Amino acid sequence: MSEPILQVRDLRVEYATPAGPAQAVGGVSFDLAKGEFLAIVGESGCGKSTLLFAVAQLLTYPGRLAGGEVLFDGVDFTTLKPEELRLHRWRDISVVMQSAMNALNPTLTIGAQLTDACKAHTEWSDEKIAQRSAEVLAMVAIDAVHLKSYPFQLSGGMRQRAMIAMALLLEPKLVIMDEPTSALDVVAQRSLMHQVETLRHQLGFAVIFVTHDMSVVSHYSDRLAVMYAGEIVELGPTRQVFDRPEHPYSQGLMEAFPSLLGESKQLTGIAGNPPSLVDPPEGCLFAPRCAYANDECRSVRPELIAYGNHQVRCHLVARTRKNDA
Amino acid sequence: MRFLARRLGFLLIALWAAMTVNFLIPRLMPGNPAEAMMGRLRGHINPASLKALEVAFGINTHQSLISSYFAYLNNCVHLNFGISLLDFPEPVSHVIAQALPWSLGLVGVSTILGFLIGTMLGAVAAWRRGGALDSVLPPVFIVISAFPYFFLGLLFIWFFGLTLGWFPILGGYTETATPSLTLGFIWNIIDHSILPAFTILITSIGGWILTMRNNMITVVAEDYVKMGRAKGLKPRRILWQYAGRNALLPNLTGFAMSLGFVISGAILVEYVFNYPGLGFLLLQAVENEDFPLMQALFLLITVAVLVAIFIADIATSLLDPRTRTTS
Amino acid sequence: MRALRVLLHVPGRVFRFMRRDKKAATGAIILFVLLVLTAFPTWFTPHDPAAEIYTPGAAVSWSHLLGTTSFGQDVFSQVIAGTRQSVMIALIVGFFCTVISVIVGISAAYMGGIVDDGLSLLTDVVLVIPTFPLIIVIVGYLKSAGFWLMVFVLVFTGWSYGARQLRVQALSLRNRDYLLAAKARGESSWYVITVELIPPMTSLIVANFLGAALYAVLASAGLQFVGLGNLNAESWGTMLYWAQNNEALQTGLPLWALAPGVAIAILGSGLALLNYAFDEVANPALRPVRAMKKRRVA
Repeated sequence: MSEPILQVRDLRVEYATPAGPAQAVGGVSFDLAKGEFLAIVGESGCGKSTLLFAVAQLLTYPGRLAGGEVLFDGVDFTTLKPEELRLHRWRDISVVMQSAMNALNPTLTIGAQLTDACKAHTEWSDEKIAQRSAEVLAMVAIDAVHLKSYPFQLSGGMRQRAMIAMALLLEPKLVIMDEPTSALDVVAQRSLMHQVETLRHQLGFAVIFVTHDMSVVSHYSDRLAVMYAGEIVELGPTRQVFDRPEHPYSQGLMEAFPSLLGESKQLTGIAGNPPSLVDPPEGCLFAPRCAYANDECRSVRPELIAYGNHQVRCHLVARTRKNDA
Repeated sequence: MRFLARRLGFLLIALWAAMTVNFLIPRLMPGNPAEAMMGRLRGHINPASLKALEVAFGINTHQSLISSYFAYLNNCVHLNFGISLLDFPEPVSHVIAQALPWSLGLVGVSTILGFLIGTMLGAVAAWRRGGALDSVLPPVFIVISAFPYFFLGLLFIWFFGLTLGWFPILGGYTETATPSLTLGFIWNIIDHSILPAFTILITSIGGWILTMRNNMITVVAEDYVKMGRAKGLKPRRILWQYAGRNALLPNLTGFAMSLGFVISGAILVEYVFNYPGLGFLLLQAVENEDFPLMQALFLLITVAVLVAIFIADIATSLLDPRTRTTS
Repeated sequence: MRALRVLLHVPGRVFRFMRRDKKAATGAIILFVLLVLTAFPTWFTPHDPAAEIYTPGAAVSWSHLLGTTSFGQDVFSQVIAGTRQSVMIALIVGFFCTVISVIVGISAAYMGGIVDDGLSLLTDVVLVIPTFPLIIVIVGYLKSAGFWLMVFVLVFTGWSYGARQLRVQALSLRNRDYLLAAKARGESSWYVITVELIPPMTSLIVANFLGAALYAVLASAGLQFVGLGNLNAESWGTMLYWAQNNEALQTGLPLWALAPGVAIAILGSGLALLNYAFDEVANPALRPVRAMKKRRVA
């Protein structure tokens, strides 16, 4: 790919717990191209939201960055001082959170919240700010009259769209979204995804989209990453991962979704529970739940190996692929 | 506006309750102290005031309880509280009016200052969690706020007043000085009010600091504060406009609740310093069995607290848009 | 009975918690010491506190650790003897206030509707009326207040704060699914309240008890200080009254006035520290931030 806008190298995040540090994100690496849509899926607690906030440098106690680099356009965010980092925020990377009701300041109007982002990073005049605010709201089909409204006066869907509008204020290169559709009904979900897609084509920003519901992103994302216990276990072009998952966990996930078309089949889940992050198993983190695990799986931690444009973290896959090669 | 109207309604009910309690207490007392007082007064005061007192205390009337109750309420509304025994034959309202400005000044200023400073310190302490302020403040102020108000006053009197001789320890102004509007006299007043004001400030500030700190800690964990950081806003703006504004709201209601506490403390501080305010007056009234004065003072203090609560409510409605509009 | 078994778990949890938190431990130690003094004052008083036979106005010495009063009484013995009254009032008022606030607060939250409206209005009105002036007025008509009158008046004015807090917490718990599940199982309201609703509120209830006790100590001391208590009682507040009336500070007998004040402050601090520690249990976010570098929020 041409020069990627984001390069994440071996990112690690730890949470302080009474029982000791918990490894919430363990050595995640990936690249993101300009304008690319990357979806990250996984079950609750797999570390996907933590990864997202780690990339955006928004971790708070008790979480902390334990290692790795985040290179945005060549600049390593992890080494910047807070004042320097602040200048990159919103202009380069903006954030859309899960619940707009919680993410919007209840005591300020929408307009005021748009304005303070502008004022923090630009020298725009008040008119320009007002104009731009109305512009972004129009992009998400919200009437400019709502600049004077407070968050509690808007409907749930409108609030979420307002957040997206706010994210696009300064035309960032990357927008990260943390489960923005989880709080919406299916109709609103589709409408939101469609909106995001249209804007992405219009403005050309890249997206990292975290969700636990794959069906939401499967039509829109370029690449799909599957996370488990803080690691990426599979990463590849969306259709490939969706139709031909290689990692046993991804396979289990795909099996768990019933299809509207085709014949009805037995629904299967994935037995067992995610591993303890304070005291993780020695070998592959998924081995305790994996139907195919062997001795090597249980003693040696597998690496994420690339096969062309498809990466998988599994000994068995590596073995099979080597035999095929 | 509905919010304010409801609050006003509640406060009026509370006022009515206070007046009713005031009415009932002397009637419930064993030994009928009011009768004794009336015996001393009869023949010395004008009939109208005598009547007011009879109504207030239920003596010598042939009215039923209900009608004397309404007569009493009527008197209260017209500020007719009778004659003071302490400062005979001054009417109670007059006696009170003299003491009122002293208390307003002392208690009003120190409470407001305490609230403002305490809230700011609490906000900053929570903002820098794990910092010096945050580790030191809670235990120190928990302990200080457990000190009786008057003890701190005694301590200050002994240390700053007697041992160091920095400040006068009695009264609102030097007894021998003649009151006038000169700068010198005003300075005299201020000089006399520093120790009592400081006492009230120190004892009450702990509460404000701790409540604000606790609220801030909850608020700072909210998503919209994270959004503020994500947007790259200047930390100061996030602190005051995002975290502070939202943390302050429950604090304002707390302010109202703890006012009663502050008033109690202020009464004792005035007593310790012989400061000529309403609190000191109340205690003198008790000492001299001046029941009309006692009753009126209790009502006035209650009204003051209710008014302060209402002002806090107004401030809440200004800060919190959710109370102003119906969604 | 199941309710009893649940209640028996409480002391164990409390004890473990004390060991962890320094504030709680300090508060607990203070209170323990004072409880011992309350139960057995004569073990620690070198002299008879009421006896006026010593040199008046004596300075600090080995036989009079805190000097004597202007009547010739030993200050130290008086302070020790005074512990009983203050601790008793704290515990008794604390207990009754807690009982009333639990009943009112939880009933209001659990029953909802008009019962809730009525009880809440009552609570808020009592809360808003300034308590100390009210106490002064009540006691003022009677010229002085004995121990039980003070208890009555303090309980009468002190229950509302706790009731309000407990109601808020009970409301937030009432709609939790596990309570609805209990009701669906057919459990009686009584069971739901005592076994399912109250245990999670334990730390708040204890915090309220301590708060009420603290209020009682300070208010009773205040009352006695201004001379409205029983002037012959052996208590810290009364000591302060006599000291103030005899101008202890000005006549070079500061310890007479300061010692009982410090004693009140110690009891108060013990209660306040323990109270705050229980607040932290109820809301873990308030616990001290430790084991990581100083973390700024932005």
